[in-house]
Amino acid sequence: MAAKRHDWSWRSRATRGLIYQVLAVAAITAVIWFLAHNTLENMRVRGIQSGFGFFAQPAGFDIGESIFAFDSADPYWKAFLVGLSNTLRAAVVGIVLTTILGTLIGIGRLSRNFLVRNLCTAYVELFRNIPVLLQLLMWYFVLNEWLPPVSDALNPLPGIFLSKSGMAFPIPEWEHGHLVTIVGMALGIATAWFYRRRARAAFERTGVARPMLWPVLVFVAVGALLGWVAGGAPTALELPVRNDLNVSGGGAVTPEFLAVTIGLTIYTASFVAEIVRSGIQSVPWGQTEAAGALGLSRGQALKLVLLPQALRVIIPPLTNQYLNLTKNSSLAVAVGYPDLVSISNTTLNQTGRAVECITVIMAVYLTLSLVTAALMNWYNSRSAIKER
Amino acid sequence: MDAALHAPVIARPAPVRSAGLLAWLRANLFADWKNALATIIVVALITRWLPEIVDWAFVRSVTRPDNAACRALDHSGACWGVIAEKYRLILFGRYPFDEQWRPLLATLLMVVMLVASCTRVLWSRWLVVAWLAVLVVFFALMRGGIAGLTPVETARWGGVPLTMLLSTLSIAAAFPIAVLVALGRRSHLPAIRTLCIVYVELIRGVPLISVLFMASFMFPLFIPPGITVDVLVRVLVGITLFAAAYLAEVVRGGLQAIPKGQHEAAAAMGLSYWQTQRKIVLPQALRMVVPSIMNSFISTFKDTSLVTIVSLYDLTGSLALALGGDADWRQFYMEGYLFIAAIYWTFCFAMSRYSQWVERHLRVGNAR
Repeated sequence: MAAKRHDWSWRSRATRGLIYQVLAVAAITAVIWFLAHNTLENMRVRGIQSGFGFFAQPAGFDIGESIFAFDSADPYWKAFLVGLSNTLRAAVVGIVLTTILGTLIGIGRLSRNFLVRNLCTAYVELFRNIPVLLQLLMWYFVLNEWLPPVSDALNPLPGIFLSKSGMAFPIPEWEHGHLVTIVGMALGIATAWFYRRRARAAFERTGVARPMLWPVLVFVAVGALLGWVAGGAPTALELPVRNDLNVSGGGAVTPEFLAVTIGLTIYTASFVAEIVRSGIQSVPWGQTEAAGALGLSRGQALKLVLLPQALRVIIPPLTNQYLNLTKNSSLAVAVGYPDLVSISNTTLNQTGRAVECITVIMAVYLTLSLVTAALMNWYNSRSAIKER
Repeated sequence: MDAALHAPVIARPAPVRSAGLLAWLRANLFADWKNALATIIVVALITRWLPEIVDWAFVRSVTRPDNAACRALDHSGACWGVIAEKYRLILFGRYPFDEQWRPLLATLLMVVMLVASCTRVLWSRWLVVAWLAVLVVFFALMRGGIAGLTPVETARWGGVPLTMLLSTLSIAAAFPIAVLVALGRRSHLPAIRTLCIVYVELIRGVPLISVLFMASFMFPLFIPPGITVDVLVRVLVGITLFAAAYLAEVVRGGLQAIPKGQHEAAAAMGLSYWQTQRKIVLPQALRMVVPSIMNSFISTFKDTSLVTIVSLYDLTGSLALALGGDADWRQFYMEGYLFIAAIYWTFCFAMSRYSQWVERHLRVGNAR
């Protein structure tokens, strides 16, 4: 068959392909037009206004917790920002904790120790087979009903108070010295970056590998330490104090936040553990032996041979789990944590602007997902096996 | 002969026993000091907590539906009496009390069908027919209105039958959509490929709860004025579309693993596109991703608990229904949570074990 000649008969594959596509696009367009038409018609009939104009109106509701100040006179857009910041706060804390817990349990599942191995397996099988919503509700119930009231808060560790009203913990008092510490740390990071560049250049030139990890950590730590000493070594902590009626001072998190982060962390960690385990198991034993035969030490083998291969398997599904955790944080609405979905829900009930509120939720989560996916693709193309 | 010339080789020490209880203990619990430390810590934790848990759950618990006895415990023991008192409300939601044999029968039918579908000797075309029949009977039993059964509107459906219905139907409906979308995403027709990519990425980028909000709040705006669609159907459509996007990615993974030679060989034999997919590509691709498909099913089953947030009384929702408004029993929420968690867990664990069994059986053909 001549490749270039177009034969517009029904038997031609190209013709049929074109027809299928035109039909598919036409069908989708018709459906979307139909839905949009109905929506506009319904909104007209029911007298629902559309547009994002209401964003500038005062919200009229208070939000239980917020990183920045918010009161009911502030506009809706600010309420949404509070919601977004709360979502991100729960997600970031959850991601950090779930990575630590998941890695530990994943490694534990490969332990030589019978008890540790089976305990970790039991953890995974228990928590990944119960819906996350149910787990969030259970944690919230424990924190909200079983803990004592704030007037006789538990004090498990000095400076930490646990009660129905949440957890209070000490935070460093802000002093001028902390700024100097941060500057010192930044200088340390800069030094470390230059050192890495020079070490890498030396390696390319001479083939002599200089240590990378430890010097970098030392530079950053020493920088921060020098900054701290230069800033007058501030040690003052703001401790929470228990009064007759409440606990004041220090940092505090609400039981809702605790329930969301604990629940999401424990649930997601069971999946992360499986990912870590399969990643480690995906590197054949021969790789370890070959690294030993080449004279690499255990640490070198781990750093140069095993981890790079295991991470290539681990990172993509791990990112997926991070995204899942972020998306699951939307279940916070069930325990009353004021995240983005919860704020949208309240706004929706107050204003009736269903289309706009749901659009905001979807747009925000979609943006988060697409940004993560883009980063992921960039990492994948960097870490993919370099083939011929 | 000089005795000094004969120096017998000193006997080597007996090898360390590698069998028996002691050797097992040494290898599995006390291999080195780190191992031994871990063992001691774990044993210490177990001896600290296990007796308390057993004590709470079994020894000091109350199993009769006796509110006064439960309150007298003051949470020092579990009050399983709350389950004994409320189990019908938890399992069947707001379904009329006297008619609850109907959801019970419908659920049992569904469970029998699920078990039958998992049994290898029964895998045949008749299974599809049987499923259709069972679904018809399920709806007839639940809805009523025929054969002298009182009609029960869907708003009163709840508990386990609702969870089963939502998960089974959405999984069944999502699967064909997923296969089509996965094929579409690998199609050489750019418009179809783009549509499929947009659908999958759009759905996978948003949380299920936003899709359910859409089904519950926005859907009434989408349809022409005057027509109403049952909220159950709307939510079902939402979960189906959501599950299909995830499943499509799983199926696509299988399709990508099929070597190009298979397509070329099929083309050389004169098979059309659909023949190639149906007879050559899909059987191999789907077999390869059975574990991931099962994982998707498990996720969908767990995800049905989210319909609680849009006010449907599935298993999670009907627990809130049973305990939320009852001042006497609501302090024993935790026992209720544990009860439904055990139900969810049993289903999910059974599915994951079954998936491992299927995986082993499907691999038999590939064994070298």
